[in-house]
Amino acid sequence: MQTHLADFIRDTPEGREAEEILRKCVHCGFCTATCPTYQLLGDELDGPRGRIYLIKQVLEGQPATEKTRLHLDRCLTCRACESTCPSGVEYGRLADIGRHEVEKQVPRQGADRLMREALKGVVPRSGVFGTALGLGRLFKPLLPRVLAGKILQGPAAGHWPAPKHSRRMIALAGCVQPAMRPSINAATARVLDLLGISLVEQASAGCCGAVRFHLHDQEGGRDDARRNIDAWWPEIAAGRVEAIVVTASGCGVQVKDYGHLLKDDPAYASKAVRVAALTRDPAEVVAAEAAALHAVLARRRARASEQRIAVHAPCSLQHGQKIRGVVEGLLGAAGYVLTPVADGHLCCGSAGTYSLLQPGLSRQLRDNKLAALGAGAPERIVSANIGCIEHLSGAATVPVLHWIELIDEKITNLA
Amino acid sequence: MGEQSGLPGFGRAEGDFSRVDVHRLVQALQGVLPAASVLHDPEDLRPYECDGMAALRQMPLVVVLPETEAQVVAILKICAGQGVPVVARGAGTGLSGGAQPHRFGVVLSLARLRRIIAIDAHARRAVVQPGVRNLAISEAAAPHGLYYAPDPSSQIACTIGGNVAENSGGVHCLKYGLTIHNLLKVRGVTINGDIVEFGSLGLDAPGYDLLPLVTGSEGMLAVVTEVTVKLTPKPQLAQCVLAAFDDVVKAGDAVARIIAAGIIPAGLEMMDQPATAAVEEFVHAGYPLDAKAILLCESDGTPEEVSEEIGRVRALLEEAGATEVRVSRDEAERLRFWAGRKAAFPAAGRISPDYYCMDGTIPRKRLGEMLQAIQAMEKKYAMRCINVFHAGDGNLHPLILFDANKPGDQHTAEAFGAEILELSVALGGTITGEHGVGIEKINQMCSQFATSEIAAFHRIKAAFDPAGLLNPGKAIPTLNRCAEYGRERMGASRPAAHPDLPRF
Ligand SMILES: Cc1cc2nc3c(=O)[nH]c(=O)nc-3n(C[C@H](O)[C@H](O)[C@H](O)COP(=O)(O)OP(=O)(O)OC[C@H]3O[C@@H](n4cnc5c(N)ncnc54)[C@H](O)[C@@H]3O)c2cc1C
Ligand code: SF4
Ligand code: SF4
Repeated sequence: MQTHLADFIRDTPEGREAEEILRKCVHCGFCTATCPTYQLLGDELDGPRGRIYLIKQVLEGQPATEKTRLHLDRCLTCRACESTCPSGVEYGRLADIGRHEVEKQVPRQGADRLMREALKGVVPRSGVFGTALGLGRLFKPLLPRVLAGKILQGPAAGHWPAPKHSRRMIALAGCVQPAMRPSINAATARVLDLLGISLVEQASAGCCGAVRFHLHDQEGGRDDARRNIDAWWPEIAAGRVEAIVVTASGCGVQVKDYGHLLKDDPAYASKAVRVAALTRDPAEVVAAEAAALHAVLARRRARASEQRIAVHAPCSLQHGQKIRGVVEGLLGAAGYVLTPVADGHLCCGSAGTYSLLQPGLSRQLRDNKLAALGAGAPERIVSANIGCIEHLSGAATVPVLHWIELIDEKITNLA
Repeated sequence: MGEQSGLPGFGRAEGDFSRVDVHRLVQALQGVLPAASVLHDPEDLRPYECDGMAALRQMPLVVVLPETEAQVVAILKICAGQGVPVVARGAGTGLSGGAQPHRFGVVLSLARLRRIIAIDAHARRAVVQPGVRNLAISEAAAPHGLYYAPDPSSQIACTIGGNVAENSGGVHCLKYGLTIHNLLKVRGVTINGDIVEFGSLGLDAPGYDLLPLVTGSEGMLAVVTEVTVKLTPKPQLAQCVLAAFDDVVKAGDAVARIIAAGIIPAGLEMMDQPATAAVEEFVHAGYPLDAKAILLCESDGTPEEVSEEIGRVRALLEEAGATEVRVSRDEAERLRFWAGRKAAFPAAGRISPDYYCMDGTIPRKRLGEMLQAIQAMEKKYAMRCINVFHAGDGNLHPLILFDANKPGDQHTAEAFGAEILELSVALGGTITGEHGVGIEKINQMCSQFATSEIAAFHRIKAAFDPAGLLNPGKAIPTLNRCAEYGRERMGASRPAAHPDLPRF
């Protein structure tokens, strides 16, 4: 596509990156077909190709207004468009650049600003009671209905095996997840333990930075990344860990992007690349140990139940990390029966803080997703990201879990 | 011909719409639509300035986003009343600028009319709104063991309304026909707001059959608001043969042999080496990357039919000099083979910032000749051209690679393209196989048709839309334009197509 970027950005690193991405877009429109918001709203401006055009206008020097900001706000950053694009347009990166510029030109006002400030401040740091609870208190007068469904308490963590293996991996403790579902990391630790890997947490690590980064606090997001790198580096440098396991795929996609985020920070650039390269979703870790898993499963086969499970692949897993079909394969191998789910590429509407910022669209997407997931009458639903799990749990009629908890059930409960 | 159409000068010159009053127009439109469904700020309009042919751009005055047929009627009545041009738009994947807005006009998006109204599995038909995506029809029909056969490569995104307007084809049209062969009924709204139905649920009906007239009419006769399509039972088995060649001309030859042997494959497609390499990066279909060209040839039917046909195809391919012949091992692999072909145009974006997609059709036996001529033109214009063909029906899609940021590049690409199209006509073919004429090939229409034929097209147009408000300036050139074009070509010492028209 033809481009004429404006002077203010043309020769900056962002400008060069944006131009390269824009030029790749050939305007074929394929991406509109898999964009959740285009499918709901039917307006070019609410689809990827139109958003690319809106961003292009801004970078070419046309002033933006609240309208461009609104269409960019409605984007879930689910990156389904990237999976669909045959030309390889990196929409997510372009959206980061475009949004940053639009925020500068059209600052937030009133309740919108307050809400975003609070999210930035609270989500990454919330401790004991979890984000939803913290937010619920903060915003009760403002948005009670949005949050009502979000204050849930997950199952207890269960035991965490003591590290005894020579193979070790670090688990990102995250921010929201430990408060809401401590069971997920614990289940991962138990599964990996049986596969001969000890999982350890590093207390000084915390939020991956996605929340602040995507709420127009890119520097804050980078600070989160630096803090995590600092927390993990001694173990990495000493060669004591072989991977960083991030059990929330939404956080995983961010950590895998640290190299890009910190590429202009000389003190962290190379460490960030290393950390990103070591980062794994549990699906990758478990799939790489398939032989060990099958051996363990074979021993437990006698007690296998053929439970019907519907899988919701989070966008951050399938579009962000481009891991497709792996979780399904593992669950199938463990003896679960997977029910068919239509439109598996579509977002559930959780999308980080989206469910709080765009509640109307978010709810529609959630309802559509639950209908698709429920079509095959599953006994349980599984996903791979805490955000999706909580979001779907708010309205699902069957339990929603992390898939690793099902593997855990199959192989460790009996241990 | 002006006199005959009932409107003096009709079809001779472009209409003049410069007196449209945009404020009055917006006000009237806001009276029949929610304010958020009437876009009129430049910020909102720009993303609508082009379709899949991004080099041809034009800002409209207004974009409207109706949700019901009643709103479409109301919009058209307003536009007719105020003398405003209307350009219908589906998914905007068109490659000939058919949905390019009019400077003084309204873009009427049908994207929100996207309901599948009914699927009748017994009668094997579906009734859908115009904004329903082509692929969505097949997905909805799948539980009944049925699908909608025409599958443009853009099927994931393009709408059935756009397919009707362009009479779109696809990789399986060789056996299953174009859009027109898979329609029963089309309902539309004329510029005056009258609802009209073309075709019927029966196989024949009294009176003229106007369904073929509206199919392929590029939004110039009526705005399509409902389509009844035929559904086809899924074949018991489909398998795809992939053959590699060390020479494009040999691949072209293999196509001719298959057709000459009386085989009608379900699909017969060709891609040259650069196109194959570009898509392989996206689909990982395992295409052979050292081949100069690959052919995809599909057989479907009962397992016996398929294995018999594949045997014959394999023998023919080997005779034609294929260096490798593979048969898809399972459904997933078959779909991967096709996924690559279907992504071929946009995958070109990986190797070039812009491409210009041609759509000429030639007799199949002249494929080799055409390929050689294109190779010569690459040198002449110093520009690369990669080739993707619906080889089975002689429909070529050479993609001319250029860089719109380089001054002059686009112009060169256009000249390159024009030469390909004119050679298509000279080889006994046509200037468009399936992408329509739109604005892009309007001049070549003057080469394809004689003045009297073009005048006849204008009379048909006038019968539906005497004021010329539906998609003006597209598909059928004005007679003045042809005269002008003929003069330009005379300058290039070529025979003029319309020697009988006065030159100005
Ligand atoms: C990558 C790529 C591959 C393609 N492959 C093929 C292919 O294999 N075969 C093929 O035939 N085409 C192909 N095309 C071209 C294009 O997809 C088709 O022409 C398609 O039918 C256009 O549909 P659309 O909904 O995008 O229509 P648009 O582009 O929005 O409009 C196309 C034309 O139809 C008119 N129109 C749209 N909707 C209506 C309506 N409801 N009523 C009246 N007029 C209407 C418009 O005014 C315009 O003239 C391809 C395009 C791309 C980008
Ligand atoms: S699919 Fe890719 S190339 Fe096509 S319009 Fe979307 S982003 Fe652009
Ligand atoms: S990221 Fe998701 S919501 Fe945003 S444009 Fe792409 S597909 Fe649409």
